[in-house]
Order: sequence, then structure tokens, then C-alpha cells
Amino acid sequence: MKILLMLSVVPDTTSKINFTDNDTKFDKTGIQFVINPHDEFGLTKAMQLKEKHGGELHVVHVGPQTNESVIRKTLAIGADKAFRIDAEPADSYYTAVQLAEFLKDKDYDLIIAGRESIDYNGNAVHGIVAALTGLRFINAVIGLEINGDEVTVDREIEGGRETLQTKLPLLVGGQKGLVKEEELRIPNMRGIMMARRKPLEVLQPVDAPVMTEYLKFEKPPAKSAVKLVDKDNLDQLIDLLHNEAKVI
Amino acid sequence: MAILIFAEHQNGKPNKTAKELASYAAALAEQTGDQTLALGFGITEPGELYQYGIQKVLNVDDARFGTFNAMAYAQALQQAAAQTGANLIITGQSADGMYLTPLLAGLMKAAYVSQVISLPESTDPFTVKRKSFSNKAIATVALKGDVKILNIAKNSFGLKEKAVDGSMETFQPQVDDAVFEDIKSVKVEKATGKVPLGDAEIIVSAGRGLKGPENWGMIEELAEVLGAATACSKPVADMGWRPHTEHVGQTGKQVAPNLYIAIGISGAIQHLAGVNSSKNILVINIDPEAPFFKAADYGVVGDAFEVVPKLIEKLKAFKAEH
Ligand SMILES: Cc1cc2nc3c(=O)[nH]c(=O)nc-3n(C[C@H](O)[C@H](O)[C@H](O)COP(=O)(O)OP(=O)(O)OC[C@H]3O[C@@H](n4cnc5c(N)ncnc54)[C@H](O)[C@@H]3O)c2cc1C
Ligand SMILES: Nc1ncnc2c1ncn2[C@@H]1O[C@H](COP(=O)(O)O)[C@@H](O)[C@H]1O
Repeated sequence: MKILLMLSVVPDTTSKINFTDNDTKFDKTGIQFVINPHDEFGLTKAMQLKEKHGGELHVVHVGPQTNESVIRKTLAIGADKAFRIDAEPADSYYTAVQLAEFLKDKDYDLIIAGRESIDYNGNAVHGIVAALTGLRFINAVIGLEINGDEVTVDREIEGGRETLQTKLPLLVGGQKGLVKEEELRIPNMRGIMMARRKPLEVLQPVDAPVMTEYLKFEKPPAKSAVKLVDKDNLDQLIDLLHNEAKVI
Repeated sequence: MAILIFAEHQNGKPNKTAKELASYAAALAEQTGDQTLALGFGITEPGELYQYGIQKVLNVDDARFGTFNAMAYAQALQQAAAQTGANLIITGQSADGMYLTPLLAGLMKAAYVSQVISLPESTDPFTVKRKSFSNKAIATVALKGDVKILNIAKNSFGLKEKAVDGSMETFQPQVDDAVFEDIKSVKVEKATGKVPLGDAEIIVSAGRGLKGPENWGMIEELAEVLGAATACSKPVADMGWRPHTEHVGQTGKQVAPNLYIAIGISGAIQHLAGVNSSKNILVINIDPEAPFFKAADYGVVGDAFEVVPKLIEKLKAFKAEH
């Protein structure tokens, strides 16, 4: 089985978010970049499938050279080969066109993406790729079972899960639940050494339209200080919730 | 020109997401003079859509669309937009909405923005505000291109009535049977009789401070008294104390209820990222230094095992009076 992981590289979840150039650009100073957490579940799932069914795991990322250390991490965890399309992922549509173009002459059975990147929270790239390539697509995937040609996929729905039956080739947007938390793989020393010798091919981008433009960033309005209520005076709390917040 | 919303429903009646999208479309149309349209799949009681400002409901009355199929629904929306000349399509942040919208954006080569929290600040250029960096920032984004698609963040715009004389007609999309064969729904498992997290006005959420799954009785009781949904922090779901569907935060569900009650949750940055656009936050924590208090509107410093049962009693008395 040939599996592809579409990798999004994002600021570490603990990052303080700041902006430069008059609040028009994200300030990368001091930011540590990591594998998008949703993609991390997909990476482990891909490794498990590879071990069970045999085959190869590739990784593709659209982004600058500075992200190569994060790509190497996926190789250290166990991916066999990586591709970097050398472009700033200007927006979701632009990025999706690059990935769709990349897929044109490939024959992956399964393509794993994440539900969303946790930086811009687009929930966009993977679905647009599916539309552009005509690949079958399931989003918010929390379970994936492959039996020959038959694929059973669970996706999260409001207050529960839906089980779907489909076929390969398939593109999924994975998330937490795809594998168990404790199964998540991290690189070991041997993996890191081996990753250095694994191929990381750099490809040139194609022309593609950019449909959205980020003009300005701002911080959400600051909260006013918390109103503390004594634990022995919960009537006051109920009064505040009823008369001030008007939520009960 | 026209604005088209994807109107989800429950048992034939528009759901809350649909009404919020209708409110948004109607408010925008007031500025632009556009017609307001909705596409639904099996709507039988469209009345509330008119009440929230939708002038025309297109309803698909075809058994094949009885179960949600993202590609089939996306193609139907594309065709409805083409037929009506709609150049702005609005969908909601529901599971189905988030599934089909990027597909639709790809099919229509549209400018697509998700997590939208406000009406456009201007329509030429077309700019909206959206949440980004897991609620740590708000971005102003310009959409280019002829077709624009907005996915509206839950509970960000609210319900605003604006009654119009609406009408409904049947719409028949042309979708290949193969699309329905490609991906088939075989089973749906849903917690019954519970308020879904995404739609809840009030959420009662608890963390590792509760010590073990056997202590969730009081959390469920508090939720029941308030008509609230229940949620939890990530470690609680990871340890299997609660189902994964309840996990909120940066890697879980993003929620924005009117009131979020956090009990025995420390308020780690990744947890806050999923809940800090709640309108009001109440924190109950034994540790006065818990970081969550910094993000809270109301706080009680105390032992949950003492405070929560007392709060339940007081709320019951309050509810009996009101
Ligand atoms: C990549 C990444 C992603 C993550 N994503 C998420 C996410 O999406 N959602 C999420 O929640 N976390 C997430 N986390 C984990 C997060 O960092 C915290 O570890 C987690 O939120 C802590 O959960 P908690 O507050 O329930 O537990 P703890 O941090 O253990 O806090 C327990 C709290 O309970 C209080 N307490 C103890 N006893 C009582 C009592 N008797 N009465 C009242 N209060 C009491 C304590 O004072 C403490 O504040 C993520 C972490 C990483 C690294
Ligand atoms: N620059 C990128 N390169 C490769 N894959 C990406 C990139 N950006 C996003 N993706 C994939 O698309 C998914 C959804 O991303 P997004 O639309 O940014 O929320 C991610 O989880 C990745 O799997």
C-alpha cells in the first residue's frame, strides 16, 4: 500500500502569538514549529497501516526550507521519503493547487491529511485537494480500517460518530481518535540518524491563484478581571449569572 | 445577486445553525440588497427560515439525499448557486458544514474563509473577520474572486429575527448515482437525550481535578439542572473517564457557548484555545493560582466536591422560582 501524508507545519501549541509589520504578519521570532497535531495522529496511523499491510509512506509539504527540520522529524518517525514544494503556502486554494498538481502522476492508495491546521484553522486545503483531484474524501476521521479494497471509516458528527463504507483510493482529514494518544510515535535516536539519509526532494511550485489575503491581525479584546465569589455565598453567583451575565 | 445558505434541519425543521446563518444572510442582504436563499435537504417546515429573513427556500426532495453525503450535497449547492446566480454561499460550523464546505470551495474555485465571526466590514473589497491561531488572534481577511464562501463560527453572530414573506420550491440537483455509491453511511451512533456540545448555550466541563470517572454524577446533574451539555479536558478523555467527543480545546472541539463552566480544570493554554470565545466563563477550582481564573469572568475558589453539590441545590431552588 502506498500512503501519503500531507504535512502542515505550525507553531507549537504553547506559542505566544505576536504580529509584526504593523500587525499584518505573523511574527515567527522565537517560535518553535512542529508537526500539526492533527497530522501527527495521521502519521502514526499511517505507520501502523504500513506495518500491517506493507508498502511505503511518503510525506509532502508546501512550505519554505526553514520547515525542513519538521519534515525530517516525520522521516525520523518512519516515513520513507519526503517532498517539499518550495513555496510559501499563500492561502488554502494556492496550497491545494500545488498538492493536486503533485498528485497528478502519483498513485497513492491512501492520502492522510489533518482536519485543520491549528494556526489558521482553515479546514480547507485537504477538501479543496479532494475536489480538484476527484479523490473520495472523508473529514474529521476518528477511525480507519482497511480490508483489501474495502475501507471502513468513522467520522465525528454532532454528539457521536458515523461509520462510512468506502474504497481506496481515499483522502481523509484525520484528528485525535484516529489512533490512541499513547500510541503516538516520537522519533528515537536510530530514527533520527536514518532520517538524515532518507530522500527529501524539493519541487518547484506551479502558478496558482491566491483567493484570500490576510490584511490585519489583532488580539481578542482582553477580559476584565475575574469576579470572585465566596464559596459560602453562592447566591451571589446565581444573582450575577442571572442579572449581570443573563445566562440563566 | 443572491446569498445562498446551507440550511440544516432536524426532523424537517431548520436547526439553530440554519437560523443563525439565515440571520447572517439577512443582515448582510440589508446592506447589499441581495436576495436571500436557502438550500435544504428534506425541509418540511420552512417557517422559521422566513422568520429569520430567508426569502426563498429551495428544497431537495429526493430520497437519495435522505442521508448526508458531502460530495452530493456540495454538488447540489454548486448547482443551486449556478441556477440562482448566488455568488456568496454561507455554511455553518457543524460537522456536516465543515465536511462539505472545502469540497464546495474546490468545486467552485471559490475564495473560502472559515471561522468567520462578523458581517463583512466592507463588500468591495470583501473583507471579514475570522478567528485564527486557535482563538489567540482575530484576522481581517479579504476574499477575491467571483464566488465567495463563508463558514460562520458557531454562536458568533447569534439569532436575529427579521420576518419576511418567504416561499419554498422544490429543487432537483443532477447528481450521479455513483457519488452516493462512493461513500455510504452504514451506522450512526449518537448519545441520545443529551444536548449536543456544538449547539449548547451552556456547557459544564470538568477536568482532572475530579479525580475519577465515578465522580461525574454531580457534573451530569449540574448540566441537567442548567439544560447544559457536558465536556471535559484532554487528559480526562485520554484516560477514558469521558468519551472523546467531549474533549474541548485546541486539539478537541472548539466551543463558544453563552456560559462555560470549568470545574477542576487548570486552564492550560491548549484548553483555553478551544473555549475562550465563550461569552462568559465561570471557573470553580481549589487552587486560587489556577491560570484559568485569568481567563474567567466569574470564579469560585473552592473544592468542587463541596461547591458543586451546593450549587446544584441553589440552582434547583432558583429554577423552581423562575
Ligand atoms: C499538543 C498539545 C495539545 C493539547 N490539546 C489540549 C486540548 O485540546 N484540550 C485540553 O484540555 N488540553 C490539551 N492539552 C493538555 C493541556 O496542556 C493540559 O495538560 C490539560 O488541559 C490539563 O487538564 P486538566 O486541567 O483537566 O488537568 P490538570 O492540569 O491536572 O488540572 C487539574 C485542576 O483541578 C484542580 N483541582 C484539583 N482538585 C480539585 C478539587 N477538589 N476541586 C476543584 N478543583 C480541583 C487543580 O487545582 C488543577 O487546576 C494539550 C497538550 C499538548 C501538548
Ligand atoms: N502547506 C501544506 N502542505 C501540505 N499539506 C498541507 C499544508 N497545509 C495544509 N495541509 C494539509 O491540509 C490539512 C488541513 O489544513 P488547513 O486547511 O490549513 O486547515 C492539514 O492538516 C494538512 O494535512
